[in-house]
Amino acid sequence: MRSGYGVTAIVIVSLATLAIGAYGWRFSRTTSDFFVASRSVRPALNASAIGGEYLSAASFLGVAGLVLAFGADMLWYPVGWTAGYLVLLVLVAAPLRRSGAYTLPDFAEARLESRAVRSTSSVLVVAVGWLYLMPQFQGAGLSLGTVAGTDPWVGGVVVGIVVLVNVFFGGMRSITFVQAFQYWLKLTAILVPALFLLQVWLGDGAPSPADPSVAAGGIPGDVWANPLTSGNGYPLYTTYSLIIATFLGTMGLPHVVVRFYTNPDGRTARRTTLVVLGLLGLFYVVPPVYGALGRLYAPDLVASGATDTVVLELPSRMLPGLGGDLLSALTAAGAFAAFLSTSSGLTVAVAGVLSQDVTGRLFSGVRAFQAAAVVAVAVPLLMAVSAEGVGVARAVGLAFALAASTFCPLLVLGIWWRRLTDVGAISGMLAGGALAGTAVVVVLVDGTPPGLLGAVVSQPAAVTVPIAFCVMVLVSLATPSRLPANLSRTMVRLHTPESVDLDRGPLPP
Amino acid sequence: MTGPEDTASHDLGAPTERVRVTSPRTDAMRQRRTTAASEIDAQTDLGEVYMTSLLRAQGRLAVQVLGVVVVVVGGLPLALRLESGLTTTMVLGMPLSWVVLAFGIYPVLWGLAWYYVRAAERNERDFVDVVERD
Repeated sequence: MRSGYGVTAIVIVSLATLAIGAYGWRFSRTTSDFFVASRSVRPALNASAIGGEYLSAASFLGVAGLVLAFGADMLWYPVGWTAGYLVLLVLVAAPLRRSGAYTLPDFAEARLESRAVRSTSSVLVVAVGWLYLMPQFQGAGLSLGTVAGTDPWVGGVVVGIVVLVNVFFGGMRSITFVQAFQYWLKLTAILVPALFLLQVWLGDGAPSPADPSVAAGGIPGDVWANPLTSGNGYPLYTTYSLIIATFLGTMGLPHVVVRFYTNPDGRTARRTTLVVLGLLGLFYVVPPVYGALGRLYAPDLVASGATDTVVLELPSRMLPGLGGDLLSALTAAGAFAAFLSTSSGLTVAVAGVLSQDVTGRLFSGVRAFQAAAVVAVAVPLLMAVSAEGVGVARAVGLAFALAASTFCPLLVLGIWWRRLTDVGAISGMLAGGALAGTAVVVVLVDGTPPGLLGAVVSQPAAVTVPIAFCVMVLVSLATPSRLPANLSRTMVRLHTPESVDLDRGPLPP
Repeated sequence: MTGPEDTASHDLGAPTERVRVTSPRTDAMRQRRTTAASEIDAQTDLGEVYMTSLLRAQGRLAVQVLGVVVVVVGGLPLALRLESGLTTTMVLGMPLSWVVLAFGIYPVLWGLAWYYVRAAERNERDFVDVVERD
């Protein structure tokens, strides 16, 4: 699907991103603007921004590709990415906002009153962030390659530069407007073509994608459409492990967490999350439609392994002429919006941590943030250019597993369990991080062993998350003398509504 | 944030200090009115009781909602394996299991979230009422 329309659409999205960002630059004056938009973003705008930030390359391209290739089991990805927000809402949203901290390391330090916990969290935030940024740049290279025939690295560099320009001049305030715009762009870009495609399907009397006569990639339609049929021999384990990784990993993603500090208070943090859940559900019903129709109209993509491009290819294949080309261009624009918004959010989050813990010693205030942003983009861009070929959704899935094995226990126990100690938190995060991190490295170097061990390594959360929780609880119980001094005040701050006039202890620095 | 619910406390004037009460029948008891808020600030046993009850209420609510998620969503893969009717019944040209996973599950998740937000705000209103009462 090479056409001038697709390139034009990508250029327009990039320019619109810069223009809307520039509108936000005028408001960005203080360090607080840069980090958290001075905590004054209303629920509707903030929810659009969270939705825009969250719907990444994996959501826009990866889900449809996975459904096309592997069938019903892959529907758990979008379900888990949505349900993750429900778990976040119930366990974390309001207390996290009320903690008053900027980043995850800030939260860890404020709750446990320990610099060592802070350092451990900082390293993990950067690791998760970079693991998540790398596939965004790779996906951008793939899309630009599909649309314009460029080398794989070009798309990643374009996205990196646009993100850096916006983050450099406007920080979080400017990013908020950009991302709110990009949610609605992405929804339009995936929904409108899908409606046309469904009309074509209903009109031309083609069979159901689940019909046994439809065979793409050697799998008959009825097998493809049924759950627990995908190939590694342990579909039930893989499904449950995926559920655990996505349900519990969302709360530990750095770009998701940082967004909550931009709410005015805990109550609005909850309401924002409720709107986000609606927006995500609205979006995620659409990608499976592309995956299913791809079985009928683009079965060759399964054989060639290019299923990630099905969203980009399908409109021009099903609708001949100008209409199909324009709709394909629209999906290309949406895909690029996905790379831009998720990369922006991750860059802000990683740069926020780096600037407080690394570059803050070299520069001050906004300068430190800008220096950190350069590092935050450059490293994963180099990773993406040098390590090609790891699937987009696969790398993102590993980032979820790593987040679920480290930050989920820290947040849940930190908020709900008084007896958590700094030593316990560090031990738990190191145990979960080391195990999940080993699995990540094994998958990235393509050394996945066969059998049940292979199923565990490629989807480790069902093993690593319980271990991380257990280590954190047991070590905390063994070190009761390490309880933080201001524990009671901190619990008051986390859980009481802001309208009550209470002594909440000093705010975190 | 000012809402309709936080108008009750303003007639108290300056924040009350911690008062040592030696006997419940002394004059001090009748003159100085203490609020639950000051008990929490002073970290008295009573203050801890108020905090514990808020945490219990919110914790119980969280467990309820997550319990429904575990049973409904967590039970789905098992149900799909054990109950073949889910995969043989066709809806809109696709198996029922496909339709449930791709479309039907999202309204359920949103409904749970909506219930949680309402109930959590109600718990907080109850806490505010108790704490700001004389």
